[in-house]
Amino acid sequence: MQQSNTYILSFTVGMTVICAVLLAGVFEALKPLHLKNEEIDIKKSILSAYMDVSSVEDIQAEYDKNIVGIVLDAQGNPVTKDADGNDLLADKIKVRKQYKEKDASKKLFPVFQFKGEKEGEFAAYIIPVYGNGLWDEIWGFIAIEQDFNTIAGASFDHKGETPGLGAEITQQWFKDSFKGKQLFDGKGELKSITVLKGSGNASIDAHQVDGIAGASMTTGGVNKMLKSYFNAYKAYFARMSK
Amino acid sequence: MSTEALEEVVKTKAPAEPLFSKKRKKLISDPLDDDNPVTVQVLGICSALAVTSQMKPTFIMAISVTAVIVFSNLVISMIRNLIPNRIRIIVQLGIVATLVALVDMVLKAYDYQTWKDLSVFVGLIITNCIVMGRLEAFAMGNKPWDATLDGLGSGFGYSWIIMAVALFREFFGSGKFVGMDIPVFSDWYVNNGIMTNPVGAFMVLGIIIWVQRLRSGYVED
Repeated sequence: MQQSNTYILSFTVGMTVICAVLLAGVFEALKPLHLKNEEIDIKKSILSAYMDVSSVEDIQAEYDKNIVGIVLDAQGNPVTKDADGNDLLADKIKVRKQYKEKDASKKLFPVFQFKGEKEGEFAAYIIPVYGNGLWDEIWGFIAIEQDFNTIAGASFDHKGETPGLGAEITQQWFKDSFKGKQLFDGKGELKSITVLKGSGNASIDAHQVDGIAGASMTTGGVNKMLKSYFNAYKAYFARMSK
Repeated sequence: MSTEALEEVVKTKAPAEPLFSKKRKKLISDPLDDDNPVTVQVLGICSALAVTSQMKPTFIMAISVTAVIVFSNLVISMIRNLIPNRIRIIVQLGIVATLVALVDMVLKAYDYQTWKDLSVFVGLIITNCIVMGRLEAFAMGNKPWDATLDGLGSGFGYSWIIMAVALFREFFGSGKFVGMDIPVFSDWYVNNGIMTNPVGAFMVLGIIIWVQRLRSGYVED
């Protein structure tokens, strides 16, 4: 009896249903915790673009203490309400969703302003970047100093780049190499920041950083991502630096 | 009345094997040493090399793998007489995959950072040969309690080896102990890059296997 096709089929169906119900139930039950963890993780990335977060216990509190978020429209002007009249909050903007938005004029761009020592002043302006690596999506946050030209820091993350190669973009040395680099040349032209091919490059100018050997596809994605987002924020930078 | 009932229970259970008989103790102790899944059977090497650069994620990995082995052994053993023989492998795989997905979700909810550090290797517990090996070799033919003990034994056997590898790799690779600086030592120690690479894990694991076989006299046929 146990070898009959009917038995095998019903056994399979029964087991599948039990496993599926169990997994779906646990997934739903843990979903709020997952979402909260992801939110905290993004806030950690934002903060880590400008400060060392390795010893920070309460990311949420640190974020609330330091970050004031604003939202820009496609022309680089601040907006506070969306089309339906709801409040727009920088930390509720899904960068991935904005990246996928087909209508360029509808895109929204958050800026996370890092509070300075003086009241009402900001030490750095952190912008998100998003793009494609070799295998999957890559993203990050770039902190820019008050002159809207010098990079104060960067943080990168990825979904599925190769460990040891493309995944090295999350390493501290790679992030640190962006510090002090310049976005604009002397004539005010946007040069963006380019990650060079291969590692140990001899001549690196103010708009370049050393690359990762064996990860040209991922760092190419980083270059493309940086260029497109710096371009998107260019109008805002120009207005603010005046 | 109640004492009578108790005696009844004791009487009926008397011929059964004690909960921790000699044979059952061996189920736990054997995989720790003479029949270790990693050093003797050389299974589960992939994750032993990949996740052992630091003690903390390794510890979480050890718990996860042990949980999956124990519960899959238990479940398969409970339904072993119901599983149609022709599809038993895929049934085992289904149970293991379900358990791994559960572990993955629980980790993501309660220890997000470690979940991120371990990344794909939690999901890859499915392919850990120790799990499937114990199901085929033991759980399919033994009672649930025995299967649970066997799972615990194999899980602990795997755990202590990867913890040992991680201890050495973290010490020599980053000059740290369970993520903490060691006074004086950490200040002057120059990190050994090879130990943070999987290559370092190969070396450490090789040495552990050598020492273990030297001691037990085990020779590959």
